[in-house]
Amino acid sequence: MTSRATLIQIEGVSKWFGDFQVLRNVNLQVAERERIVICGPSGSGKSTLIRCINRLEEHQEGRIVFAGRELGPDATDLAQVRREIGMVFQEFNLFPHLTVLENCMLGPTRVLGMTAAEARDRALEFLNRVRIPEQAGKHPGQLSGGQQQRAAIARSLCMQPRVMLFDEPTSALDPVMIKEVLDVMNDLAESGMTMIVVTHEMGFARTVADRVAFMDEGSIVECLPPKQFFSNPSDERTKLFLSQILSH
Amino acid sequence: MIPGRNRARLGWIDAAVLTAALAAVAYVVYRVDSVLEYRWDWSVIPHFLYRWDDEAQRWIPNLLMRGFFTTIRLALLSLIPAALFGAVFGVMRTAGRLLPRLLSRTYVELIRNIPPLVFIFIFYFFISSQIMPLLGVEDLVRGASPARLRSLELVFGPASLIPNVISGVICLAMFQGAYMTEIVRAGIQSIPGTQTEAGLSIGLSRWQLWRRVILPQAIRRVIPPLAGQFITLVKDSSILSLISIQELSFLAMETAVSTTRVFEVWITVAGLYFCLCYFLSLAFDRLEKRAAMART
Ligand SMILES: Nc1ncnc2c1ncn2[C@@H]1O[C@H](COP(=O)(O)OP(=O)(O)OP(=O)(O)O)[C@@H](O)[C@H]1O
Ligand SMILES: [Mg+2]
Repeated sequence: MTSRATLIQIEGVSKWFGDFQVLRNVNLQVAERERIVICGPSGSGKSTLIRCINRLEEHQEGRIVFAGRELGPDATDLAQVRREIGMVFQEFNLFPHLTVLENCMLGPTRVLGMTAAEARDRALEFLNRVRIPEQAGKHPGQLSGGQQQRAAIARSLCMQPRVMLFDEPTSALDPVMIKEVLDVMNDLAESGMTMIVVTHEMGFARTVADRVAFMDEGSIVECLPPKQFFSNPSDERTKLFLSQILSH
Repeated sequence: MIPGRNRARLGWIDAAVLTAALAAVAYVVYRVDSVLEYRWDWSVIPHFLYRWDDEAQRWIPNLLMRGFFTTIRLALLSLIPAALFGAVFGVMRTAGRLLPRLLSRTYVELIRNIPPLVFIFIFYFFISSQIMPLLGVEDLVRGASPARLRSLELVFGPASLIPNVISGVICLAMFQGAYMTEIVRAGIQSIPGTQTEAGLSIGLSRWQLWRRVILPQAIRRVIPPLAGQFITLVKDSSILSLISIQELSFLAMETAVSTTRVFEVWITVAGLYFCLCYFLSLAFDRLEKRAAMART
């Protein structure tokens, strides 16, 4: 792991919403092709942390460096950074006025400057990868939740990002759909994509993650390979959390 | 049974309500007829709609129809600037920066918190005394070539009334623009912030986000209420009669005075407004349905 280049470096990051401190001195390094799962109780700052990575939220202290570029208030190439970071939201956030295909083509044509034909080929390729090529012509409202989430993943992949961030991608879905989405995420992990996944799917964490981070009250309490994380966590809070989440 | 469609059958409650309504109408008619002792005479009305012109040897619109056409012109002509005001100020209302928000807020609050009538009196004074000479409308009309004049007349109606119509259009547009601003603002703000986040996440610039994600969705949501506002605009154009814009209500007042057939004239005018507005709302309904069909 140490032999791979660092893609994302988070050093001493803190953030406040007003008086409320959401992130407390967070440190995390993510290497290329590494897969990190972040879990923790509601309100512990998981979403905020990954949203800081593509700067949907701004941090106030510390440094976040992505591929050698520091994200700060004077980052001029924000759009450039964002196009290299894919983001998948809990609520899919597809563009409802566009078809699935158009959703996937928007970034490549407008941001990467591809021709419509090229973008279309790429979009169809990724829709194939997420196993919904037959939904290409439909609008998001006509798809099931699982299909929408996979379309959203395809939309991100069409930008050929260097890392994919997932914020509870399966929390809005029922069990059958959860499996569809997790299968796609498994494939993605196998293809070597760098991934940071906020999820409570512990099965996924166990089989796919290189490391599992546990967050509580704005800090990363521990970050361990899944074997150790599940069998031998050191912190009491992690043990408590695991006993709660694994009991049902 | 077709789902989502109410069966057109009357229950006994409907029947009772209908009977009561009919009885009320009959009573009013009876009162007007017997107590008011008003002698109805509809015979003059057709003449004030259309009259035979001996010189031209054809039927030409008389006062009421001329006013009707002017009203339609006013509505159509002011729709464009009103929608433009609405779009520009509406977008400004949602801007991140303070100055545009302040300006548009001021515009909206000024107009919404003054009765239309009062606004129009004040504003007309400025328009007719300041803006119209500034625009040089009268000179433009006077100096126009015959061909030019004909195309002007096609758009604005009779040459002598062009400055009059333009003042009316500006008043109406300013006034309706404030309401359209609020509709546009609500439309834009109804697009959830998560759409912005999704757009930014794939690297769209602010402008691209606006152009490709926010605006197309906002427009779809805004069209139905804007259509409704347009119908309101048609009806509100009647207050322009108070600043002597020669539209339907103004000429109706003149006709009513000169013929003394007050009820007949106003009922006819009500019918004309109703036909126009009802036609518009049917047309908008149909457009909306077609748009909804195209989406699925
Ligand atoms: N825009 C905001 N303004 C103020 N407080 C916020 C804002 N966004 C989040 N918070 C607060 O910050 C804390 C952390 O939120 P965050 O969404 O990061 O938690 P989370 O770990 O993702 O929780 P969940 O599992 O419920 O998604 C919460 O207490 C939340 O109420
Ligand atoms: Mg969250």
